[in-house]
Amino acid sequence: MEAILFFLAAIGALGGAVGVIALRNPFYGVLGLIVHLFSLAVLFLLLTAAFVAAAQVVVYAGAVMVLYVFVVAYVGGAEESAWESIPGQRFLAPLLGLALFVELAIAVLSSSLLALGTDGPHVRAGFGDPAAIGYLLLEKFLLPFEASSILLLLAAVGAIVLAGRQRAGVR
Amino acid sequence: MSAEWYVVLSSLLFAVGAMGILVRRSPVVVLLCLELMLNAGNLALVAFSRMVGNQQGQVFAIVVMVIAACEVVIGLGLIVAIFRRRLPLDVDRLRELRG
Repeated sequence: MEAILFFLAAIGALGGAVGVIALRNPFYGVLGLIVHLFSLAVLFLLLTAAFVAAAQVVVYAGAVMVLYVFVVAYVGGAEESAWESIPGQRFLAPLLGLALFVELAIAVLSSSLLALGTDGPHVRAGFGDPAAIGYLLLEKFLLPFEASSILLLLAAVGAIVLAGRQRAGVR
Repeated sequence: MSAEWYVVLSSLLFAVGAMGILVRRSPVVVLLCLELMLNAGNLALVAFSRMVGNQQGQVFAIVVMVIAACEVVIGLGLIVAIFRRRLPLDVDRLRELRG
């Protein structure tokens, strides 16, 4: 059962990812990314990371993707030009991507990960639930938690400065 | 499912995202591909966290999610600003800062 669910979610995640890079209309690309994110949430649930899965669906698929949809609707799906600044980029880029995957696969397979071959230890019932993660965030990782909240505030201010309405005479 | 399946899937997703960044020129799609790569990293973090039986990897994944949200907000703000100045939305044509 777990294996079937894993492969279904893996196919969904991979299909969504390929859809993002293959579809010409950015709007369909955003929809592909939503499929990808939901499949990843299923994978997180299989890995007993309930809070991360919930945050993935609520924050990503809920909030960030809405932002994407609005921006795509605002700027419109511009056609990509055929002009290439690097000759042969269309053929070189997939080769380089494939080389990256081969490299990563070699790195994974030659590590001691296979020798471990483990499903992980048997975890207790509350592993990865909001209470445990919240406890960790507020006890052990308080400084990273506060730093990321300041980062979010800075990003919000930066977005307003970048995309806000410009005053007359100011470029 | 043992954890190496998740790690191999995550490296595959990372490679797909990197390929997208190399191939596509629209800044919106490049940002989407960045999301793909960050999520692949997240999947590996959560898989390792399950394998070790330690929840700290999941906290890292949440921090990565926050970073991704910040990056999206700034990136989309830049795209809107570029669009308002009537500049071409093409990462190969926006090369004024290039040396």
